[in-house]
Amino acid sequence: MAAHSLFPSVSRLFFALKYGSLHSRCCAVHCRAHYSTAHSHSEKTFDKILIANRGEIACRVIKTCKKMGIKTVAVHSDVDSTAVHAKMADEAVCVGPAPTNKSYLNMDAIMDAIRLTGAQAVHPGYGFLSENKEFAKRLAAEGVAFIGPDTHAIQAMGDKIESKLIAKAAKVNTIPGFDGVVKTAEDAVKISQEIGYPVMIKASAGGGGKGMRIAWNDEETREGFRFSSQEAASSFGDDRLLIEKYIDNPRHIEIQVLADKHGNALWLNERECSIQRRNQKVVEEAPSTFLDPSTRRAMGEQAVQLAKAVQYSSAGTVEFLVDSKRNFYFLEMNTRLQVEHPITECITGLDLVEQMIRVAKGYKLQQQQEDIPINGWAIESRVYAEDPYKSFGLPSIGRLSQYQEPVNLHNVRVDSGIQEGSDISIYYDPMISKLVTYGATRAEALAKMEDALDNYVIRGVTHNIPLLREIITNSRFVSGDISTNFLPEEYPEGFKGHQLDSAGRRELLASVAALYITAQLRSQKFLGDLRVASAPMKSSRWELCVELGDGHHDVEVTRSGSVYSVVVDGEEVEVVGEWNLASALLPLTINGKNRMLQCLHRDASGRIVLQYLGTSFQMRVLSRSTAALNSLMPEKVPEDTSSILRSPMPGTMVAVSVKPGDTVAEGQEICVIEAMKMQNSLTAVKQAKVKTVHCKPGDTVGEGDLLVELE
Amino acid sequence: MAAFTVARSSCGLITGLRTSLRGLAQTKHVAVAASLPQTRVHRDSRWYSVSHLSVKERIDNKRKAALVGGGQKRIEAQHKKGKLTARERVELLLDPESFVETDMFVEHRCADFGMEQDGNKFPGDSVVTGRGRINGRLVYVFSQDFTVFGGSLSGAHAQKICKIMDQAMTVGAPVIGLNDSGGARIQEGVESLAGYADIFLRNVLASGVVPQISLIMGPCAGGAVYSPALTDFTFMVKDTSYLFITGPDVVKSVTNEDVTQEELGGAKTHTSVSGVAHRAFENDIEALLNLREFFNFLPLSNQDAAPIMECHDPSDRLVPSLDTIVPFETTKAYDMLDIIQAIVDERDFFEIMPNYAKNIVVGFARMNGRTVGIVGNQPKVASGCLDINSSVKGARFVRFCDAFNIPIITFVDVPGFLPGTAQEYGGIIRHGAKLLYAFAEATVPKITIITRKAYGGAYDVMSSKHLRGDINYAWPTAEVAVMGAKGAVQIIFRGNENQAEAEAEYVEKFANPFPAAVRGFVDDIIEPSTTRRKICRDLEVLASKKQVNPWKKHANIPL
Repeated sequence: MAAHSLFPSVSRLFFALKYGSLHSRCCAVHCRAHYSTAHSHSEKTFDKILIANRGEIACRVIKTCKKMGIKTVAVHSDVDSTAVHAKMADEAVCVGPAPTNKSYLNMDAIMDAIRLTGAQAVHPGYGFLSENKEFAKRLAAEGVAFIGPDTHAIQAMGDKIESKLIAKAAKVNTIPGFDGVVKTAEDAVKISQEIGYPVMIKASAGGGGKGMRIAWNDEETREGFRFSSQEAASSFGDDRLLIEKYIDNPRHIEIQVLADKHGNALWLNERECSIQRRNQKVVEEAPSTFLDPSTRRAMGEQAVQLAKAVQYSSAGTVEFLVDSKRNFYFLEMNTRLQVEHPITECITGLDLVEQMIRVAKGYKLQQQQEDIPINGWAIESRVYAEDPYKSFGLPSIGRLSQYQEPVNLHNVRVDSGIQEGSDISIYYDPMISKLVTYGATRAEALAKMEDALDNYVIRGVTHNIPLLREIITNSRFVSGDISTNFLPEEYPEGFKGHQLDSAGRRELLASVAALYITAQLRSQKFLGDLRVASAPMKSSRWELCVELGDGHHDVEVTRSGSVYSVVVDGEEVEVVGEWNLASALLPLTINGKNRMLQCLHRDASGRIVLQYLGTSFQMRVLSRSTAALNSLMPEKVPEDTSSILRSPMPGTMVAVSVKPGDTVAEGQEICVIEAMKMQNSLTAVKQAKVKTVHCKPGDTVGEGDLLVELE
Repeated sequence: MAAFTVARSSCGLITGLRTSLRGLAQTKHVAVAASLPQTRVHRDSRWYSVSHLSVKERIDNKRKAALVGGGQKRIEAQHKKGKLTARERVELLLDPESFVETDMFVEHRCADFGMEQDGNKFPGDSVVTGRGRINGRLVYVFSQDFTVFGGSLSGAHAQKICKIMDQAMTVGAPVIGLNDSGGARIQEGVESLAGYADIFLRNVLASGVVPQISLIMGPCAGGAVYSPALTDFTFMVKDTSYLFITGPDVVKSVTNEDVTQEELGGAKTHTSVSGVAHRAFENDIEALLNLREFFNFLPLSNQDAAPIMECHDPSDRLVPSLDTIVPFETTKAYDMLDIIQAIVDERDFFEIMPNYAKNIVVGFARMNGRTVGIVGNQPKVASGCLDINSSVKGARFVRFCDAFNIPIITFVDVPGFLPGTAQEYGGIIRHGAKLLYAFAEATVPKITIITRKAYGGAYDVMSSKHLRGDINYAWPTAEVAVMGAKGAVQIIFRGNENQAEAEAEYVEKFANPFPAAVRGFVDDIIEPSTTRRKICRDLEVLASKKQVNPWKKHANIPL
């Protein structure tokens, strides 16, 4: 292992790839690991590990277990009985029905599963029971190893108030704020006024952005207090809140630490996680463009000080906010494996799960601080089942009718726990996968990410690839000038998808026209003996009209073989392709440039939806004569949506704030829907009287369900 | 006659005509009055009776006149309603420049009520007929012209339609009718009725010989509706097409019901309530473009095999998503369309009657390029049970496929026939028998996949081995049994204390594919992911299947 870390980065990477692909053959999910997959088998750890989690992280842990020759036990809820993680593990135990508090948070059932299977250790993944000291205690009481830090560290760092005090004492920079528990909304207002706006209200027991609100004035503080305490109660069973100064325009940079039970601790460099929406990370990278070696070292050393101060063992993350002057403040410590750990693995070559298992068994760390490299650059995009056009991402659900990960590309790692046919349900996190790309330089990793996103086939659920692809090609992002406000600053009106320039529009129109003609020509190709001879049309030039958005574009197409010359708005575009009409991917060469498009929809009425540069564009292609007649067709009036409120996402109704007859003001809250553990307030778009209410608290609602009608 | 007349008056076609038609019995000048607007249109252009012109000029003039139908004003009125003209529709339906028109010079022969005047004669009369090509393949078409006497059916009009139908039969090519007609040409009286009957007869004789498709693109009322009803498929255009025996006015006077045209006979009614129409489209253009697509699934006649198109989807493609599609709990629903779309070529499934009797899914798709008919129980709707409507929907579809050599692939997840007085009184026995009859009589290749439940008589019905299924597969999740565990246990173990245990025993014995497999009632138990590959391979072999039913004049399906 130590010898490997001396190898130059690139050869190590290929070494890893080779083995990674061998391993993936025995797993349901194809993924090339970008960490060392070589493992010394002389080091005995555990015979059997239970993974108290689901989805991608459970699969991720199982993979390393397999590599280490450890048997695995998956736990699953009843709806997850055919989930990838359950199939991948050597044994699978059902621990209850779909709701998480009855299955993945059901400690009794999980303890039973441990006894039943004789697992010697438990890896908790992230979320669920990963930072639950009670769980760690119960495991300890039964002599089962918890693959994570000791109970006291979880407790110390799990409470944000206490962790801040400990951090202060360990000489870690902290944010000014109120170090006590806030009891009432009025209390919150008073404290906020003392600290000075803006302030951040967050759950004392929280993490992952849940139960977290920013307030800029007294009213928002009251509202934030209410939401945060509700969310905190439902997510963590603990509604205690705290308030601190909110640092405007900050970067979120975190340090990965790794410690053993012998007092050794290392910092494994930073992860830049500033690209967030609603305090949840979207794109992460390692290293950060912003840190200079001295800041990195200072942050790393403080992180290690903190870890040592709480006798931390296992992998952990110390989160910092970094302001524009590279002042950094301790935010919190996550005493678990982070979602975004793969990018650290990519640049350091360490397998963090393997290290966690070793440490849990009591082995010493094998590395010294100076052994920890930064090799190349890694970027992670979190691919979510959500609609990025609604508040940068509201959850969507559905069945993955088609699903292909871009794992055929080099230097791409996809951590996922789903496969074609899987259901994304309202019960769990809507993350589809973590798409990680790696390169010798940041530019290389970014270019690879573009490729990977273009080659990623997801059908059946709405996903955020349009947003991800826009972010990673955004000039501010590419230059490294980002903060946690990046999304609202870059898209003040909300995300609207890729904006076509005239060259891009020509490329898109030429592609769609060529695809249309390909399909038209094929629909004349009847095989076999025909009793009545066919008389296919012989033309080689077509005049078309393409509708795109509000525009109508005249397009002329000529074809020779697989090469189409398309004149769009007076300019000629040459499109060459394989033209496989069954494939989800549409690899084209447009004016000599390679582009990967995807055909999302194509029907008899000439409607074609193409995914181009990440965004899907709806178009309609008609022959020019048909288009002329089409203009005679009446426009069908769509439903007036200003007086009806439909559910923007599937979820559970938490509160309905209006009743028939009430008058609501524009922007007034009508109801609150909880989906994927986030509470979302739905508001009136105009002042009106409430006519009918079709929902009540506790209802399960689907996307598009009618909730409230206004007059 | 009476029926046709009232129908015509009730659908309010020519507002000018409406009031006067009511008094038809009293005054014989009505038709003259009615034809006045027509006369006015052509007052300036009375060239076609002018004899000093050469024959050549007269031919050209007649052709020109035929092309504008009822004249520019009426064309504009038609456009204003969101409808295309008869000729525009034909142009859109057929390949460019492939239309070969017949009977452009035919005129009506009515000499009463002033109809004999030059101004009331239109070359071609109120229908455009001929042949053409759709994606290169031959088709016969008639397209009723609403701009000429509201598309009303004269003797000449009917004769034109009959002529192309006769020719379609002799060469063996489908007939597509684009219907947009106010009804009978009242001025012609019984001549018009005879015309309808001539068409009906041909519809019946052509049935099962060449595919017949009706696209309703305007009104179609009274006796006229029986021509589309006799054809294989009836499609409608939303908001602009109506089908009814009698219109809202007559309904009001007879049954005192208040109903709009749209509610009584619009596209929504017929595609979701009555089951008269097989599908509806947003407007004329969408309807015609979809009809072109649909046409590609059909053979030209019963002498042709199901067409095979170039296919880019590998026939040996595995579909891993199917291995997890049937839920663990046997009571939980899933969408049969997910299975169908995943298995067929390029996820391309042309569903027939998607909004009617949704507990059964029928439609056309391709397997390795070859057209197949798909029938599937839909667990998502009423647990996929068979009831009156779904049986009739399925039966008609199966019979079409059998008539036109289209292999049938059946996906079975059926808990049985729907119980209840409504069903029994409605005649579920008689209607359910239709589906049974259709599957049993079919001699085309039949492949059946039991995905989950196949209970009771419904198991037999759904293209079982016993009804000459060629290849019958079961997925590992299949349960072939007389009924579900609960009901069975209550009968077998009546009075037994421990019902739960008995149920478990029953489930162990019967809730799996083995009882059927050990008896050879299913040929194999297959991994769901391999279903596409297996079906494609089987169809290759079954392409040469030959099976003949005993000679009979015709069979007697329980109608």
